[in-house]
Amino acid sequence: MDSMFWNRQVETLERTALETLQLERLRLRIANALRTPLYQKRLFRAGITVPEDIRSLEDVRKIPFTVKDDLRQSYPKGLLAVDMKQVVRVHSSSGTTGIPTVIFYTQGDLDRWTELLARGIVASGATAGDVFQNMMSYGLFTGGLGLHYGAERVGLTVIPVGGGNTQRQLQIMKDFQTTSLHITPSYLLHIHGRMAEFGINLSDLSLKRAYMGAEPHSEPTRQKLQELYKMDIFNCYGLSEMNGPGVAFECHCKADPHVWEDAYIVEIVDPATGEPLPDGEIGEAIFTNLIREALPLLRYRTRDLAFIHPEPCACGRTHRRLSRIQGRTDDMLIINGVNVFPSQIEEVLMSIPEVGNNYMIHLTSRNGLDRLTVQVELYQKLFTGDLSQIDTLKGTIKDRLRASITINAHIELHEPGALPVFEGKAKRVVDERERL
Amino acid sequence: MKIKQISVFLENRKGRLSEICSMLGAAGVNIRALTIAETETFGVLRMVVDKPAAAMDAFRTHSVTANQTEVVAVEVPDTPGGLAKVLDILTDNDLNVEYMYGFVEKFTENALLVFRFDDPEKAHQTLKANGVNVVGEHDIESL
Amino acid sequence: MIWNEKFETMPLEELKNLQSERLVSLARYVYDNCPWYKRKFNDVGVGPADIKSIDDIVKLPFTNKLDMRDSYPFGLFSRPRTDLVEIHVSSGTTGNPTLVGYTRDDISLWGEVMARSLCCAGAVPDDTIQIAYGYGLFTGGLGAHYGAMEMGLTIIPTSSGQTKRQLKIMQDFQPRILACTPSYCLYMADDAREIGIDPRTASWKIGVFGAEPWSESMRSEIEQTWDMLATDIYGLSEIIGPGVSQECTYKDGLHLYSDVFYPEIIDPDTGKPVPEGQDGELVITTLTKQGIPLIRYRTRDIVSLTYEPCKCGRTSPRTSKIKGRTDDMIVVRGINVFPSQIEHVLLGIEGTHPHYQLVIDRGAHKLDSVEIMVEVDERIFSDEIKRMHALEQKIKKEIEAVLSIGVTVRLVEPKTIARSEGKAKRVIDKRQL
Repeated sequence: MDSMFWNRQVETLERTALETLQLERLRLRIANALRTPLYQKRLFRAGITVPEDIRSLEDVRKIPFTVKDDLRQSYPKGLLAVDMKQVVRVHSSSGTTGIPTVIFYTQGDLDRWTELLARGIVASGATAGDVFQNMMSYGLFTGGLGLHYGAERVGLTVIPVGGGNTQRQLQIMKDFQTTSLHITPSYLLHIHGRMAEFGINLSDLSLKRAYMGAEPHSEPTRQKLQELYKMDIFNCYGLSEMNGPGVAFECHCKADPHVWEDAYIVEIVDPATGEPLPDGEIGEAIFTNLIREALPLLRYRTRDLAFIHPEPCACGRTHRRLSRIQGRTDDMLIINGVNVFPSQIEEVLMSIPEVGNNYMIHLTSRNGLDRLTVQVELYQKLFTGDLSQIDTLKGTIKDRLRASITINAHIELHEPGALPVFEGKAKRVVDERERL
Repeated sequence: MKIKQISVFLENRKGRLSEICSMLGAAGVNIRALTIAETETFGVLRMVVDKPAAAMDAFRTHSVTANQTEVVAVEVPDTPGGLAKVLDILTDNDLNVEYMYGFVEKFTENALLVFRFDDPEKAHQTLKANGVNVVGEHDIESL
Repeated sequence: MIWNEKFETMPLEELKNLQSERLVSLARYVYDNCPWYKRKFNDVGVGPADIKSIDDIVKLPFTNKLDMRDSYPFGLFSRPRTDLVEIHVSSGTTGNPTLVGYTRDDISLWGEVMARSLCCAGAVPDDTIQIAYGYGLFTGGLGAHYGAMEMGLTIIPTSSGQTKRQLKIMQDFQPRILACTPSYCLYMADDAREIGIDPRTASWKIGVFGAEPWSESMRSEIEQTWDMLATDIYGLSEIIGPGVSQECTYKDGLHLYSDVFYPEIIDPDTGKPVPEGQDGELVITTLTKQGIPLIRYRTRDIVSLTYEPCKCGRTSPRTSKIKGRTDDMIVVRGINVFPSQIEHVLLGIEGTHPHYQLVIDRGAHKLDSVEIMVEVDERIFSDEIKRMHALEQKIKKEIEAVLSIGVTVRLVEPKTIARSEGKAKRVIDKRQL
């Protein structure tokens, strides 16, 4: 094994060869998809009756989009393209709202997915000697087991702690000299605040890196966490519909994650029209899974807004990089007619040193006008107790927010620890506006 | 001057309060003021008595968990706004009240209230300086 | 079907030769690779050369839970830490947790014995299994997962909890196999009826139940409620996790895979073997494990053992269900709880040593509850309710962090907890196990 490459041949495959491979695999998935009633109907309508109707990679645009609701409608087995006997694993999205969505995998599907995770882990510099503490929850959620398989494949020592129980997490980190974590950004922030309480210093730990995923975060948040923990943090992007974590993974350059293009076709489209956008422009990310036979998903609308970096990465991988998630097509807030993404607010807050790690966005309305309140915690170490300092800080946050989102926000400052803490995915937006 | 308050840990069960009171009765201790703060499973009985030492002895004999804390008892004019006036003094001087309660009986024209402060010494000085009548231990015994 | 005919139906004579061969290499292996065992062997004046057959096992020293704790974390390793691909940690008696480490081959062994167990319970490769044991550090979830992977079953890794979702998944995917704790299986019946599911119509036909002791009466209750076959699985994380032994469909004792886990039954007081069929402490030697092999590990579980052939054709010896413990460990919702752990936490709070008592109960909902009664004395009493609440919460949180299960804490008055000869009884177990 090449250091930093799990599969150098594929990871550095020349673009034309990569695209040939994509086309070949796309046809395989079309063949799978044609076995399901939903895709059969849709593909026929689009004039695709056999895989060979896809003549070039551009023909992918002939394929109609698939949306989350298609998965719900097909629950439980409508999109299953193989015999249930071939299925070895069932995962499910949280399904907090109504019908869950399920994902099926054959043994081959799992093997191919695991390879992608192994690539990401190796690209971050981890090797068989590393101790990997997996702090994502295990079970139906793909986050825990997904990375588990990948780390196992590479040969790291896996400690499958799952989420929660901060005291025990820290104890294990210390006792086993954990070098690598898999964790959500909000939990990583939370733990830092509680180290002192359990008598753990950073110097007691041997942390080298963390894979951060499952919730979007900004570059300043990464920088801040890298600073707090003195370790490298790698962005790991994924969604269960596309297998789970590891759809895209950052290499040691940490310049946004490489989408494994031999496994996925990624497109960026205008969310309103569905028209493709050129590299570099922000739009909705659309994925086609090229490596899963049990449940084919073609041109799946992620609702994640992102762009593709047009320029190649210094690491030598030819697989293009997807930007951080700039927002969700469905969590975009419209405040007094202005489109605002919570990530923009986070970016501003995290660029101000006196602001702590936790924040909340409150939306209320009065007399038909929206009111944006941003609650932030002060960063204890930089707070002198001087009242004039508070006023200055409020002004700074307000000015910078206005510059970024053109909205006048109300700023509330809170003591550290006053705002709610999220151990899983953070829910930072509270929208209490009256609906008209 | 500050006076001694006795607090007792009580489980929420039937008859427990009367058992406690009987112990004090048998020891010849008179309760001057009391309050109970309770939660779902336990409560804390707080009281001011005429003979704190005898009360503590009785509790110790009966393995009842009790401790003594310093509180401040003040006379509050029994007129509308009387209490508010005292509380204003506390607020103005940044004195934090943990809890408060009244005496069971009335001994003078004024009402007697027990205050538990973070800092009883400071509270005592401040109230006196503001002309509030603070009741002393001897006053309690002789009530 | 029998997963591994060769080993599971091996004639006893041949099995004994295999065990002898494996013990001879094991003794040499740990002596050469684990300084702790080398010292231990030297202490009793035995060397690898003295071990010529499985009968010589009695010459070797015992290993017990305290040895694991005292050598935490890496003392009992026979291989460098970097050879481990997985580490599990369970809470120990006090202080240090117990560590379980697996090399890649150990994980394969785990998959193998769990596959044998699932087959033994009646699973076939086309089956779908719902694994409702907790995933994570607890070995139940991932152990069953590896066995089901080895067998090629369709796995639905629901992990524990979220009962309504468990039931929905059961209805939607019709798994025939359910793996969870027996009390959780019973607990789910109430929720099923509540949402209009007749438990007898459920797709689950085979249950692989373990991680806590359970009785024959509980078995019949489960079988009648769910119209399923309820089988018992046994294991302990020090040895490998679940998959040490398992009942076959005849439900007449648990088949112990003695080609890899060599069993002895001893008198816990004298350490001498007891005659076949008599109750005693189960002692296990891991014949083929690599990362942390254990010699004569004292499980503290009281069972009896028989070598009588079973109707299913397996030649492996069978143990009875667990009849008791040689220590005060109790199992609550699959988690091992030692009263000493509670003591340890209480000692750390305000430096006091209050009297306490654990009350374990199985409520109307069939789930075990743990209540910790703590006597309030003057050292921890405050007249301020908020401080008392904070104390209660602190005790609760710290105990939960150590035990990994939810508990309730009740502050009580002194002398509430009954004492016999001045010593308080630490555990009241009201469950009908």
